[in-house]
Amino acid sequence: MSSRAQTPAKASPPPTMPVSFTVNGKKADLKLDTRTTLLDALREHLKLTGTKKGCDHGQCGACTVIVNGERINSCLSLAMQHQGDEVTTIEGLGMPDDLHPMQAAFVKHDGYQCGYCTPGQICSAVSVLKEIEANIPSHVTGDLTSRMRPTNMEMRERMSGNICRCGAYSNIADAMAEVAGGKA
Amino acid sequence: MRPFTYQRAGSVAEAVKAVGSRDDAMFLAGGTNLLDLMKLQIETPAHIVDIQDTGLDKIEKTKDGGLRIGALVSNTALSADERVRKDYPVLTRAIQAGASGQLRNKATTGGNLLQRTRCSYFYDTNMACNKRDPGSGCAALQGYSRQLAVIGSSDKCIATYPGDMAVGMRVLDAVVETMKADGSTRSIALADFHRLPGDHPEQDNVLETGELITAVWLPKPPGGRHFYHKVRDRASYAFALVSVAAVIQDDGSGRVAFGGVAPKPWRVEAADAALGQGAKAVIARAFADARPTEENRFKIALAERALAGVLAEARNA
Amino acid sequence: MKFEAPAGSNLFDRSQIVGKSTPRIDGPLKTTGQAPYAYERHDMANQAYGWVVGSAIAKGLIASMDVSDAQSAPGVIAIVSAPDTKPVGKGIANNAPLFGGPEIAHYHQAIACVVAETFEQARYAASLIRTTYDRSQGAFDLAKVAPDAPLAKGDDSKSTLGDFDAAFAAAPVKLDARYTTPDESHAMMEPHATIAAWEGDKLTLLTSNQMVAWAKQSMGKILGIDPANVRIDSPFIGGGFGGKLFIRADAVMAALAAKKAGRPVKIALQRPLIANNTTHRHATIQHIRIGAEKDGKITAISHENWSGNQNGKNGEDATLQTPKLYAGANRLTANYVATLDLPEGNAMRAPGEAVGHLALEVAMDELAEKLGMDPVELRIVNEPKMVPGSPEKKFSDRNLVRCLREGAERFGWSRRSKTPGSMRDGRWLIGMGVAAGYRAGPTEASGAHVKLDADGRITVETDMTDIGTGSYTIIAQTAAETMGVSLDQVKVELGDSRYPKSSGSGGQWGAASSTAGVYAACVNLRRAIGEKLGFDADAATFEDGSIRSGNRSYKLTEAGALSADGEMTYGDFKDDYDVGTYAGHFVEVGVDAYTGVTRIRRMLSVCDAGRILNPLSARSQVIGAMVMSAGAALMEELAVDPRFGFFVNHDLAGYEVPVHADIPTQDVVFLDTLDDIVTPMKAKGVGELGICGPGSAIANAIYNATGIRIRDYPLTLEKYLSEMPAVA
Repeated sequence: MSSRAQTPAKASPPPTMPVSFTVNGKKADLKLDTRTTLLDALREHLKLTGTKKGCDHGQCGACTVIVNGERINSCLSLAMQHQGDEVTTIEGLGMPDDLHPMQAAFVKHDGYQCGYCTPGQICSAVSVLKEIEANIPSHVTGDLTSRMRPTNMEMRERMSGNICRCGAYSNIADAMAEVAGGKA
Repeated sequence: MRPFTYQRAGSVAEAVKAVGSRDDAMFLAGGTNLLDLMKLQIETPAHIVDIQDTGLDKIEKTKDGGLRIGALVSNTALSADERVRKDYPVLTRAIQAGASGQLRNKATTGGNLLQRTRCSYFYDTNMACNKRDPGSGCAALQGYSRQLAVIGSSDKCIATYPGDMAVGMRVLDAVVETMKADGSTRSIALADFHRLPGDHPEQDNVLETGELITAVWLPKPPGGRHFYHKVRDRASYAFALVSVAAVIQDDGSGRVAFGGVAPKPWRVEAADAALGQGAKAVIARAFADARPTEENRFKIALAERALAGVLAEARNA
Repeated sequence: MKFEAPAGSNLFDRSQIVGKSTPRIDGPLKTTGQAPYAYERHDMANQAYGWVVGSAIAKGLIASMDVSDAQSAPGVIAIVSAPDTKPVGKGIANNAPLFGGPEIAHYHQAIACVVAETFEQARYAASLIRTTYDRSQGAFDLAKVAPDAPLAKGDDSKSTLGDFDAAFAAAPVKLDARYTTPDESHAMMEPHATIAAWEGDKLTLLTSNQMVAWAKQSMGKILGIDPANVRIDSPFIGGGFGGKLFIRADAVMAALAAKKAGRPVKIALQRPLIANNTTHRHATIQHIRIGAEKDGKITAISHENWSGNQNGKNGEDATLQTPKLYAGANRLTANYVATLDLPEGNAMRAPGEAVGHLALEVAMDELAEKLGMDPVELRIVNEPKMVPGSPEKKFSDRNLVRCLREGAERFGWSRRSKTPGSMRDGRWLIGMGVAAGYRAGPTEASGAHVKLDADGRITVETDMTDIGTGSYTIIAQTAAETMGVSLDQVKVELGDSRYPKSSGSGGQWGAASSTAGVYAACVNLRRAIGEKLGFDADAATFEDGSIRSGNRSYKLTEAGALSADGEMTYGDFKDDYDVGTYAGHFVEVGVDAYTGVTRIRRMLSVCDAGRILNPLSARSQVIGAMVMSAGAALMEELAVDPRFGFFVNHDLAGYEVPVHADIPTQDVVFLDTLDDIVTPMKAKGVGELGICGPGSAIANAIYNATGIRIRDYPLTLEKYLSEMPAVA
């Protein structure tokens, strides 16, 4: 019944360390409890709450951000792991008066409902199109040696790490197709 | 999450020394499984050694025509590597069948081999679990076991190894290269890397304290046609009910391994020899010692049918 | 304003803005992460972090709780523990206790809250609390207790018409089948979250709640304080689906913890707690019997339903649609609720009907098979003229037959093979399925405050919520239309209990009700303007920021700053009608001939829900509900461990909901209908219609693909693998 006995670290304060990375082009110098995730560093310390906490366990994708050009789940990453990294969050893609094309496409195609998974979906959507351009294969890729293309099922498979309980998937696919088409 | 001190090791030697010199330290690579477990106090290291700066992120050709995959190569990078796609497509397929794009970007080759079970009772610290809390019992044995092991388990634990990559590597006869805390290195066949639970389900694998996976070696390409067929309820981002990794040669011979059925990637070499006789014969040999629960008995029939599908595809190629 | 007679013609019949596809006005905020959800209100100063500890047993007593190590852990400010707290009161629809005292009613019931300076400190300190329990036996297995379950409390739990038994016995064609549906989790993406702050005896809750007025009343009851001292603010809600209709532990713990800590406390329920700590959709066992003539005409229909809940209250009534959908003179519906000690069951999107369709609409498919009839035709043959279960009532406006016919046409239903298991595409067995859908179109009283400023801009204030439904936008459209201004001249403020009470969001009533309330307020504002400028507002035309009255015209800005309240309420005349929404759902699936895995290939829903206020967001509601229905059909199940009495797979890895790859293509068609019994807008909700039927169409498509009929949801492969044709 009881979990493993823990010896409490008596009132001694938890270890903290300095860490610096850039967020949306701006340098962030923080001194954090080593246990702080990148997600909580963004949301609670930098007050960039666009990145969402849906599960805190890598099971939903709401916390997706782009680090050094690749999307990751920021909930499963310690802030300490990101010394010197370049982090892009939804706020860095665009703001209400200056939307990123993917954000504008989500608005146009109603690629969301409650909006909570949306920043993660958009960070993923932007990254997915880059991953296809970079010729990274996916589970539904037929010929692994041919050029990847942003087909409906390629995009749906690659977006599957971002759960939308409101079920906006088909509209997100339309938004992505518009952005992908615009690029071609 | 228990408080911990954090250190970045600049080299493999520094890392193994740092972890090997105490009994409450752990390596951190991608962190996609470890941090999940630390948040639930299933893993409780007091010191974390981050190995991201150790230079283990390269894929190199080996002298005998194979590949040496650095332990820090991400799942995405490994699956997208041109040589892997061309010569070891079962590995690309296996990796891309697992997790999500975000997780694959972060998860590493070494870390993925060390992924712990996803058994719900292991994850719920209110429940008895010999893997998490040795001697406490196994709540899963008589419980919700649909996802759990049908073979290789014991009466102490029926957890499955949940990964896909390792199942692909298993049919490629991969070898795990490690460095121990004293700086010595060794090679462990992937077949011998994961332990069956027996009386000590808390030990997932044969690594010693402070021993670090530095690389995975693939022998020269096996040729043939490569398949990875994963069966799961939802179409993506789910652990396998059953998966089948297979390399099938033109003459019908080949190798096959199964995921989602056992505490390790499940391959019985004697069963490979039956591939020419069809799925039923392979399963009869590979699952001869199966001890399923009522809830997961279907996995044996499912493995047979999934393999039959793979063999049919191989024939139609 | 009271809606006392059918709407007749009104300004919405010439609408320029209402009824047009309109991107959400809150879209730029949501897509840039600037919409503030409950846990993100950094504008509240000096917040501390709370972490909720859940019970490790399902039923019994807390024997001891030692919080001393937690108390002395770094950063800890306060600990609220159940043994040291008097049980709190119960708010609206709370069955299980939310907190306090030694008694445990279900697994992961909140037993403590640790407040610390940081999230990391609170989480760790919580792990240092040591609790022992005296476990007692509980009832956790619905199948075991269902046979002895009593009828649900209330008048309408059993209803009969004619003589079902005799008619069923005499029917030449009979269907008699049992179906089960599992417990399901709302699994909204935003966890239940609250920031609570006290100023003297006044409590502010920045929270995520679908029903602001209920929340305010409930918090008063729960804490034993005057509801007038409670302010609720819930402007953005990251999904609810019924799971946030009521006050839950996040709000209660935040309020208690903030009091004890002497400063604001923020809490988000940890994801692994949510399935057991909060509410879920109850599992059901359903028994359906239908007797028909050889031409398909139903002569007898019975739908009995069993579910279970804490205290034997408020089960899942899966019979709700059955008195509405099909004709038949001899009828029986009965709803039984057993007492279970599982976590509390409560409303989840289309409570009752969502799972009722999973049984009834498969039963209809089975009956069609027995009759050798096309399942679309069987439904059409049984289209009723009056409400079948209440023949004294008329339908307000019902176009189900059109939904089915148009759907069949668009979907290519004629290409469906009548012989199961006879369509194949490579390794995939292909099948098509159909289901009808019915969901009530209720309305609730709803109010708003509307302001005209000196620049001619309009601001709407109401405690209505937007749970992803698009309330912001349809309310803005309604105000713009009524006041004759463009959409960008309208600002909408929602979710604050300081604003007039609205219908809130639930039961598919939000869109129809809240817009009607805004219309009522706007009519009053128009009258106030008319009074000030000297014209008859009701006869005037408001358009393009101007007003035309007879041959005179005014600029809206001439009125200066004015404001008005308004509320829409409803007269008894509605009681003569059944106001419903209708759909024809069509699905094509592939079933892997080898592994039995089912994958959806395409989905279509043709919907009849009166005027569609914003076709863009209404379509989103329907496709989203179709996705959730697909989840219910194919994968969603809270697995009960009857030994320990809990839902085992209590996170988003264990409880699988559909992902992008599960849904390849969807199509939605809205019939262009008007229901002038519902509100002056003639519009009905669609948010729940879309979850009533698609899952059954999937089940029927699987049958069409394989010839295998599974009656226990979810339709996972192990339930039929052994019946699949052999493979070499």
